[in-house]
Parts: sequence; structure tokens; C-alpha cells
Amino acid sequence: MRNLVSLICGTLFGAGLYISGMIDPQKVLGFLDIWAIADGGWDPSLAFVMGGGLVVAIPIFWFAKGRSEAVCGGDMNLPANRAITKKLVIGGLLFGTGWGLVGYCPGPALSALAFGQLDTIIFVVAMLAGMAGTRMMRLNG
Amino acid sequence: MENFTPISALVGGGLIGLASGLYLLLNGRIAGISGIVGGLLSPGKGGAGPLERVAFIAGLIIGPLILMMGTSFEAQSIVTSPTPVIIAGGLLVGVGTTVGSGCTSGHGICGLSRFSLRSLVATLSFMGAGFLTVLVTRHLIGAA
Repeated sequence: MRNLVSLICGTLFGAGLYISGMIDPQKVLGFLDIWAIADGGWDPSLAFVMGGGLVVAIPIFWFAKGRSEAVCGGDMNLPANRAITKKLVIGGLLFGTGWGLVGYCPGPALSALAFGQLDTIIFVVAMLAGMAGTRMMRLNG
Repeated sequence: MENFTPISALVGGGLIGLASGLYLLLNGRIAGISGIVGGLLSPGKGGAGPLERVAFIAGLIIGPLILMMGTSFEAQSIVTSPTPVIIAGGLLVGVGTTVGSGCTSGHGICGLSRFSLRSLVATLSFMGAGFLTVLVTRHLIGAA
């Protein structure tokens, strides 16, 4: 059951990335280019994706947080770590730099594999190598 | 702002929020993509089982495939960076999300949905770096 839920949630998530246009790096870079606001070339779509996501997720999270166990059984695994550390910020800065270079973050990069393009595959392989290497060196936060 | 697509952004964003909310409510877990993928790379460290992780990732690819093949709704995924930049970008995203414990989904959607200050700091960090990177690539060196 948990695996089926996971498959369905992944499918909804991937459909959301496709419909919202976030599967397209150019759409994401169009948002990150706030420097184009002055000449009217900015694309605020990503902010609307976040807004739409938060409007739906906040009430479900609020309801879910009050539960002692998940509907499919097991604990509610909410992150207990509240620490604001150097690692958190450095990791965010490194991630944001890679995101700004290509326009892919992890979800859209994986979903874009659906297009079967070599550039997407290269990005995903490099991303997995970065994740594995960081974990091997025990630098994960 | 000719590229601005507010309706599809809101609808797609809503679906992403729904997926994240359902994953927490039903499976009791945070739908953070970098965490779901990363857990497969160092198994046995707790968290979701490998099959649950693979199922989510498979869904991420199946969702777009269903829309591509079953509907007339078209999308694209255009990468314009040269190969060395794609590799550097992928490595930075992989390292950064692992060191910083999350990405746009885990910190952005899920973290902000539960009003986590830690996730807000992470989100501001990667958004800020994203803005600055595009400033450099599009306006300072790649001025096109």
C-alpha cells in the first residue's frame, strides 16, 4: 500500500511539474532572472507554482501534523532538526548556483527524463554522483 | 512578461502541493525529492524503504509521460547550457541538496508548509544563489 501511495504521489507531483512548466529549465531561469524585471522580461510563474503548492499543502500539513500515525500506518516522520547551521546555508548556496546554471532542480530533472534527452540524462547522472560523493564523504547535513 | 503562465502555474503548483500533502498524510513522510533519491544512495540508514523511494521516482517520470501521450497538453524541457556546464550544474545540485538537507520540494514546499524557519533559511539561500548566478550568466558574462 505504501508503495502504491508513493507511486501515485510521485505521478501527481510529476504531472504538476509538467503542467506548471517547471519541467522546463528555461521557465525556471526566466523566474530566476529578476534582473529582467525592469525591461518586462521577467517570468513570475515559479512564484505562482510555489503559491499554488503552499495553498494546497498548508491545510493538509496542518491536519496531518495533528495525527499520531500515518494513514497507511507507521510514524509521522516530521523533521525534528530546527538548527540553522553553516551547512544548511552553504548547501543552499551550492544548490542554488547549480540550479541557476542549468535551470534544473532535482524533481524537474528526474521528471524531464520522460523526454529522453541526452542533456537531461547527463545532468541527472552528475547530480546522482554529487549526492553519492557527498554521502560517501559523510558531508550530508 | 509574455512568458508568464499564471493559470497553469497555479494548477500545476496545486498538484505538487496535493502530492506533498498526501505523501505526509498517508505515508507519514516528507516529499523531498533530493531526500527520496539520496536515500537510495546510502541504503540502510533508515527512512523509507528502497521500493517506496523507487515508486515515487517512477511516478515523477510517469506523470509527464501520461500527459504527453494521453492529452494534447504539450510541454518542453529545453537545456541550453554546454555539456561542461550541465555537468557542473548537476554536481552542484547533487552536492548542495545533500549538504543542505533538501531542495525546492523538501525545503521549499514541505518546509514552508509547516512554517519551518530552517527551511525558510535554506529556501532563501538557494533562491538568492539562483538569482545571483543568473545575474552573472545572463547579464555580466553572457550578455545576450
